[in-house]
This record gives sequence, structure tokens and C-alpha cells, in this order.
Amino acid sequence: MASTAELMVNNLCVQFGGLKAVDEVSFALKPQTLAGLIGPNGAGKTTIFNALTGLCPVSSGEISFNNQRLTNQPAHTIARYGIARTFQNIRLFKNLTVLDNLRIAYHKNRRYSLLCGLFHSPAFQREEAQITESAKEALALVGLADKADLLAGCLPYGEQRRVEIARALMLSPKLLLLDEPAAGMNPQETQDLLELIRELRDNLKITILLIEHDMKLVMNLCEKLFVLDYGHLIATGDPKSIQTDRRVVEAYLGGSLN
Amino acid sequence: MKNKLTGLVWTALLALVYAAVRFLEGRGVLLPYHVQILSLCCINIILVVSLNLINGFTGQFSIGHAGFFAIGAYLSAYLTVKLQVPFLAAVLCGALLAGVSGVAVGLPALRLRGDYLAIATLGFGEIIRVIILNTDAVGGARGFSGIPKYTTFGLAYLIAIITVVAIHNFVSSDFGRACLAVREDEIAAESLGVNSTYFKVLAFALGASFAGAAGALFSHYLQYMAPTASQIGFLKSIDILIMLVLGGLGSLTGSVIAAIVLTILPEFLRGFAEYRMVIYPLLLIAVMIYRPAGLMAGRELSLSSLLALGKGARTHGQHS
Repeated sequence: MASTAELMVNNLCVQFGGLKAVDEVSFALKPQTLAGLIGPNGAGKTTIFNALTGLCPVSSGEISFNNQRLTNQPAHTIARYGIARTFQNIRLFKNLTVLDNLRIAYHKNRRYSLLCGLFHSPAFQREEAQITESAKEALALVGLADKADLLAGCLPYGEQRRVEIARALMLSPKLLLLDEPAAGMNPQETQDLLELIRELRDNLKITILLIEHDMKLVMNLCEKLFVLDYGHLIATGDPKSIQTDRRVVEAYLGGSLN
Repeated sequence: MKNKLTGLVWTALLALVYAAVRFLEGRGVLLPYHVQILSLCCINIILVVSLNLINGFTGQFSIGHAGFFAIGAYLSAYLTVKLQVPFLAAVLCGALLAGVSGVAVGLPALRLRGDYLAIATLGFGEIIRVIILNTDAVGGARGFSGIPKYTTFGLAYLIAIITVVAIHNFVSSDFGRACLAVREDEIAAESLGVNSTYFKVLAFALGASFAGAAGALFSHYLQYMAPTASQIGFLKSIDILIMLVLGGLGSLTGSVIAAIVLTILPEFLRGFAEYRMVIYPLLLIAVMIYRPAGLMAGRELSLSSLLALGKGARTHGQHS
């Protein structure tokens, strides 16, 4: 059972003092699914991402990824299991170049020792050249190959989002979590992003879970949707069935539609 | 290829500076007093560059650097004076113990951030000073005298170069990038697989051990250590910090330039006697107003940028 699903979340609860931000949420994600996590503001979507990536403590419940227990592991360990993410309020290293932003994310694959680093040994030189090469490849993947040497903070908003995605890809993730990737983008940029995400899934064979408020993007892109409201998972299914789900409509529009 | 060339040019330049100092010393142009100032420049370079690794590159605001300096100074002096340990081994031991205490302080203190970390490291520096003050084996309040003069200008110069190269190499490796990531955004760094605590402690330990080596060089140069605030206490820490900020956090060449300038400047101001402590801070204030991010403002001075500057000046000259 468990081996067919990559990501398993069982009865996940995240509590901040008296507030249950995430309450008994369970879901599973099969490999190479393109899934969306939606819900009104404050429903607990980002909190779920934070729990998945070890950035906020899990009060109770279980998270596992490829049968590896993730619950309350430190964030840097979870990154090593192949889970990468982007942030709602972009978290690039703004004072570093785009290329360095990506090269940092190679970290977990580094093989050379501290001594090699201190002496810039031949092994160091070879691997550094390889790191730069793969960083450039990741940049090309998101169409920003010509921006490598600019400071990340100087890029326009839409491009910063793409750099953040490229940086997450440097971890060679099996699961990519995108937190509102289209926020603040114009319709054209959103359309480009939609194609990019689809390409990433198809070419890299990775699982993608995204949080998004742009319903057009979500409905066009996702194969499976999870709807959250007040920390509860209220519906799961394909976009068509979600659109007609009574509880989802209530959560978004309020009241009943009788 | 280009890297090899700049490396060669730098080596040649550094060798030339050393040869020039020795030559002028031999001719009697540079008096022992001058050579002492130059040696102190080298020791201060080690201190500032190593503090830059902690404060500038890893973003952990530490003002207890003199504590590590003191550990290196006193341990090495104790080893050479009381136990007749060879000098270089004593320097290594001093660096090692400073590095170990860097880890010991770093592990608990680095849970703190910003001002709180600064105060904790300040406290650590004072603890070290008070311990030394009350340890008879190293002279206690009388100070530690009779330390043999083993440090030469050449050795200080060599270790300063090793420090700058090692920290430059560290910063431009994956380890250094992880430190930069921690400085820029700890949460993002963690989500990329960087163990932020590990890299904070690593930077702390590495910075501390170079400071320890600087201390060992210092005590075997002046031949006397006094457990005063200005020599191993918080005033010393502040001195190093001022050099660092003046040169620019995150710039190695900035640190080197500021360490040299601020070591030599007070000597020049000796002639102004009582105005010295007025002119010195005024200069600092002026620099901070006109270059708030420090002289080098996070950038590095490289050979190619120097050449470009030279070319620019030349073409400019032709135009006028």
C-alpha cells in the first residue's frame, strides 16, 4: 500500500497555542502527480508546506516520503530526501548572484572535503566546474541563462520566482513544493509559468504539489486537488469534481447555494 | 589558466614586498620600530580577516574575538616558556585551543541572533580575560613577562598570507557559500539542505583558530602580555571590529586595507599628542558617513580591476 504512494500524510495536526492551523489532514500523492493545494486565505496551506519541509513543528500525525519518516526532522535533512520548495514571499539570497543562488543548492551533493576546499585542490576545481555547469543548465531550464551574473535581488519579480524554482531544482528533487508560484504575475507570465511547470513534471519526472489562488491556472494545470478550509481537508479529487463540490463552493462563497 | 597567472602575479608581488622590507631594514631606512608596526599590521590582518569570516560572511555578529586571541597568546606563551615546546607547535596548539573554544562557545551562543549574540560573545571575551587575570601560572594580574621573541616579521607576514588565502578559498568553496546562505536567509538555506548550526559553528571555530594563531604571534613579538581590556579585553575586540567595519563586512581586501591603515594611522597621529584621540574617531565617522558599507563595501580589489582602473585613468588622460 504505502509503497505505491510517494508522499503520505496521516492525521497531520499543527497547533500554534490554542489555534489548530492544520487539523487531522490526511492525503497521499502518487509519483509524478501534478497536484494543487487550494483553499481560502488562512486555511493552513502554507503551514502544511512548512510541516512537510520541517520548518514548523508537527503537533501530531505522520508524514512519510518513500517510506522515510519525515515527521519533525530538521529542514536540512528533509531537503536531502529530495523534497524542494519555493516560498510565498520569495526567499532568494538577494545580495548574491543568480548563479551563486543556484550553486548553493548543490550543497548536499558536494563530495570534496573541507581541506580540498581550503587548498582549492584539483578535485575541488573539477567539481566546482561541474557545479557551475549544472547551475547553468538549471537556469536554462527556466529560461534565464543570460541572467546568471546579475544580483538576484535586482531581477524583476516574475524572474525571481523562476530563479527560486531553478534553485529548488538544483536539489534534484523528487517532490517539488511551489508556494503560490503565480502570485503577482501578469496573465502572460502566468501562462508561461503554467507551461514551465508542466514541462518540469514531464521532463524531470517529478511530483509537484502547488499552492495557488489563480483558479484558472490550478484548474488547467493540476490533475488532483486538495481543498483546505480552517485547517480541515474538505475535498479531494480532480478539478472537475472539485468545481461542483458543494462544500468547496460553500467554503469559497459562503452559505449554501439552495 | 588565468587563475594560475593571477596567482603567480600575486606571489611575485608579495615576495617583492617582503624583499623590499628586508632590504630597507638592512639599509637602516626601516628602523626596528617600523618593522614592529609592519608586524603588528600582519597580526591585525589575521585578526580582522578571521573576524570577517564570522561577522561578514556568516553574518553572526561576534564581539568576543579578543577572547580567542588571548587564548592563543597565553597558551602558546605558557608552552614555550614553561614547557619549552617548539614555537611553531605552540602556535598550532594556541590556534587549536582557540578553535575548540570557538566550538564550545558557538554551540550554545549561536542560538542567539544579532544583539543578543553580540552580548553573549562580549561576555565570553570578558570571562577569558578574568580567568587569565586569576591564573597565577600565566602571571595573573602582573602580566606574563619573559616570553621569548620568536615571532619575526617574515613569520607574521607568511601566516597573514596563509590566513587570507585560506579564508578566501573557504569563502569561494561550497562551505563558504553555505555560510553566505546562512547570512542571507537562514530559512531558505535550511530548505536547501544547509545545516545552518553546523556552518555557524564551523565559521566560528575557523575564525577563532586564526585569531588564536594571531595571539601566539603577538605574545612572542611583544614578549609581554597584560590582561588589560585594551590588550586582550573588549577594547581589543572593538578595535578589531572597527577595522572590519571600516574595511567593509564581507570584503577580504577591505579587511586587509583597513587593518593596515588603522594600525599605521595612530602611529602617524602620535605627533598630535592630545588631539590623537579626536582625529582618529573623526576619521572613522567621516568614513562611515561617506562610505557607510565600509571602504570596499563587500567588493574585492582584484588585479584585473586594478588594471582596468589603470587603463581607465590612462584613456581618460588621453582624452583631456
